[in-house]
Amino acid sequence: MAILPELALIAGALAFFALSLCKTLDSTQVKNSAVLFGFITLISAIISYNQQATMFYGSYEIDMYSQLFKLIIGFALCVVLIFGQNLKGIDESIRPEYYIFLFLSGLGLMMLVSAVELITLFVSLELSSFALYLLVPMRDDRTGVRQQMEAGIKYILFGVLATGFMLFGMSYLFGLTGSTYIKDIVPALESISSQPAVFFAVLMVLGGFFYKLAVFPMHFWVPDIYEGASNETTGFIATVPKLGAVALLIRFMTLPTGQPELLVNLFIVLALCSMFYGNLCALVQKDIKRMLGFSGISHAGFILLGLLTMQAGGYATAIYYITGYVLMNLACFLVISNVSVHGENLKIDDLNGLHKRQPVLAFVLAVSLFALGGIPPMVGFMGKFMLLTGALKLGHLTLVIAAAFNTAIAIYYYLSVVKAAYTADSEERENVEVNSLIKATGVVLVLLILLMGTLPSKFVAIADTAVRTIM
Amino acid sequence: MDCLLINEGFPLLSFLIFLPLAGAFVLFFFSSESFARLWTLAVTTLAALATLPLISGFDTTTAKYQFAEAHTWIPQLNINYIVGVDGISILLVILTTFIMPLCVLASWKYIKTRVTAFMFCLLIMETSMLGVFMSLDFVLFYVLWEFMLIPMYMLIAIWGGPRKIYASIKFFLYTLAGSILLLVAIIALYLKNGSCFIPDMMWQNYSTTFQILVFLAFFLAFAIKVPMFPFHTWLPAAHVEAPTAGSVILASVLLKMGTYGMLRFCLPITPEATFALAPYILWLSIAGIIYGGFTALAQNDMKKLIAYSSVGHMGFVTLGIFVLNTRGVEGAIIQMINHGVTTGALFLCVGMIYERTHSRELSVAQGCGKYMPWYATFLVIFSLSSFGFPGTNSFIGEFLIIAGAFEFNKTLALASIPGAVLAAAYMLRMLQKVVYGTENNPDQSHLKDLSVREIAVLTPFLIFVFWIGLGPQPFMDIIHVSVANLLDQLHGWQQAQDVAAVFLQ
Repeated sequence: MAILPELALIAGALAFFALSLCKTLDSTQVKNSAVLFGFITLISAIISYNQQATMFYGSYEIDMYSQLFKLIIGFALCVVLIFGQNLKGIDESIRPEYYIFLFLSGLGLMMLVSAVELITLFVSLELSSFALYLLVPMRDDRTGVRQQMEAGIKYILFGVLATGFMLFGMSYLFGLTGSTYIKDIVPALESISSQPAVFFAVLMVLGGFFYKLAVFPMHFWVPDIYEGASNETTGFIATVPKLGAVALLIRFMTLPTGQPELLVNLFIVLALCSMFYGNLCALVQKDIKRMLGFSGISHAGFILLGLLTMQAGGYATAIYYITGYVLMNLACFLVISNVSVHGENLKIDDLNGLHKRQPVLAFVLAVSLFALGGIPPMVGFMGKFMLLTGALKLGHLTLVIAAAFNTAIAIYYYLSVVKAAYTADSEERENVEVNSLIKATGVVLVLLILLMGTLPSKFVAIADTAVRTIM
Repeated sequence: MDCLLINEGFPLLSFLIFLPLAGAFVLFFFSSESFARLWTLAVTTLAALATLPLISGFDTTTAKYQFAEAHTWIPQLNINYIVGVDGISILLVILTTFIMPLCVLASWKYIKTRVTAFMFCLLIMETSMLGVFMSLDFVLFYVLWEFMLIPMYMLIAIWGGPRKIYASIKFFLYTLAGSILLLVAIIALYLKNGSCFIPDMMWQNYSTTFQILVFLAFFLAFAIKVPMFPFHTWLPAAHVEAPTAGSVILASVLLKMGTYGMLRFCLPITPEATFALAPYILWLSIAGIIYGGFTALAQNDMKKLIAYSSVGHMGFVTLGIFVLNTRGVEGAIIQMINHGVTTGALFLCVGMIYERTHSRELSVAQGCGKYMPWYATFLVIFSLSSFGFPGTNSFIGEFLIIAGAFEFNKTLALASIPGAVLAAAYMLRMLQKVVYGTENNPDQSHLKDLSVREIAVLTPFLIFVFWIGLGPQPFMDIIHVSVANLLDQLHGWQQAQDVAAVFLQ
């Protein structure tokens, strides 16, 4: 029972494997079973939320921390499956394969948040990453310039590089402590934490997760992959793997490095670079996915604000923030995937007059963009407020002021999208038809964004308890 | 918490805050245009009526926060939902609730497209405006203060004039950029006090540097909202492009939030910085008064003219606040209300001309007084009120402010006088052109005079113009105790500091 969500995902992947063997494919059947398995995953994550277990010789920990993340991952995956059910950018003949890899990637991430042993962790991470590497080039070749192949190659090369760093760091950790279990590594490191090797080992492992989270300077893949992958795939890449990255970053932040000050200073620099780089680059983007990609880099910088506090409270805020970020981005990609008629990329201008063409989607888009911009009472503001409070409590005044300024920079480009959707003329663009399930999902996301923003205490309390279980 | 008079009975303030929000929510489900108009009118009128028990139940003998409600909101951060009104805020609350139904009426025909969305924006606007004036928790204040940008942005960007995109984005960015440091200041104050309850933050012994920094962060946010010279550049653009109701809300309520913020936060939270920086702000106010006057004199667009006149009038308000004596501050509060009444009414007048001629140019509106006698009458009275003609409301406000300024510094008071003269000059110039015009007026015979609805919109403003102008005492009574308490504490605090300084020597 404890690994029910993982089993559900495996079942989903296997089911689609069977489907892919069929000679004749009914595309509605594929679509419906994908949505069905999405719901099954979500429900099983809810059922197993309160489970606790240690499995597979202590390398797999089911606790409140992992289950919280699994719930969020399950929810996000379910949302991606719902809004991406038409898979406009993927050729019909390979849709079952697409779903196999999507489920496997989700499986890898769910395993990742439970993994407390380095090898397990690495295998889970690679399971999710390799599945993603394959999802990117599965987009059909609409542009004729094989953009998706370029994106796929870039993704895998950067990804492998980051993995290399991480594996190197892990080998150091093993070499220094003689164990691959995190619970053994922590005390062993404490006795030798004066050695510089410890710091580098931890740093390199963290670097691997920075790649997933798209923190400067591991962000180079973001814009091109966002642009090259199909809208639905980008919706997944932009959200779910980041949950895994934050979960693991928090786990590794608890490792003693002997140089906490150096680490904090490094994080400050990375946070500032991410925020400014992401926001300034996003200002000039015309393609909405590229814009969201750069905005994601700046949001990653904000998450570092929570991590660098090195305290349970800060980590809980980081979880709150990444959850909010996932909700907001899912809402944005829900709109993008469904406004795009044949699965092509959208320029910001393509959203012109959306309020007339599809009022519900326009509303969802506006709320999520204002939320991303950090306007109250949405979740983006509350998250930012708590992150800034946590950072200022530790005396990082300059950092907090710089972060606050970034809010003002960012709002400009979010506003330009709202402007397109709400004030610009539709110029004969066609109305957007979406089914009621997608609309309902959009409304649920909006409600969650507003609820988490106005009543954050409950969620923060849960995240706080969850974090304390692993510290 | 002993500064709160907790309201045990019906939660009137929460009702006022959430009624428009609930009303807006209903519009999601019933979106026909005629229903939206009637419904919004009903909701805003109900909110206006609900402020009547607020007035009758207001205790004018105490400076405590009345009708207060306190509920836990985010216990981890000690952030609570605390609302209450005192003499400084209650008139602004009433101003807001009374202006909203009139805005709805004024937009009855003016807004032709996307009526339901417009009404939706007006309703959530009312929620956030009322919340800003009532909230006694700094985070709650900030949430509503920022949230307000969204509906206001929408009002300008969707239903605005030809340059609406530019004006709305400028408005949004300017105000947001101003308030980000406010957020940092709030967090800093919260970390010092461990609470976001505003009265807890007042009169604490913060270090001088801390006070100066916090004051500057406050000041930037509030000065942009007021707007004080030289932070005023968003105002003409936003005013000119906004639809009539947007202009009225902007002028009557939003600008007041800046000066309200200064009174509520700058003075009690950072008294030392207030004393240290007041002279600069006073001269900045004088600069605003003179600058606003001269610029208004040169305008040919009526909305721009009134927008620049706002810069001048609000300059008087900041002048009154920072002379830091009873006359000045009371005058400033009265003048805040006056400006809301008079300028709101003037914007409505311009909107009515615009509905007829589709232009705001003075030259196009020339000489319409002959065909629109009712309109001309209203316009004359509001214009007279705008430059502080005796017997009208602004006279009381400006008189008190200038009296306060004389008490403080004669040079300063004398320097503000040209502003009053300039106000007369530009308002009379506008009046002369609109009502009489020249020999070769454009043909205005097709213009219809005001309809009953339009007269009904303007009449309440007229009543308040003369009420405050001829019998200001009830209004003064409401604000007096709170102002006196604020200034007593301020000067008491200063004396305590002086005594401490003597002992230290």
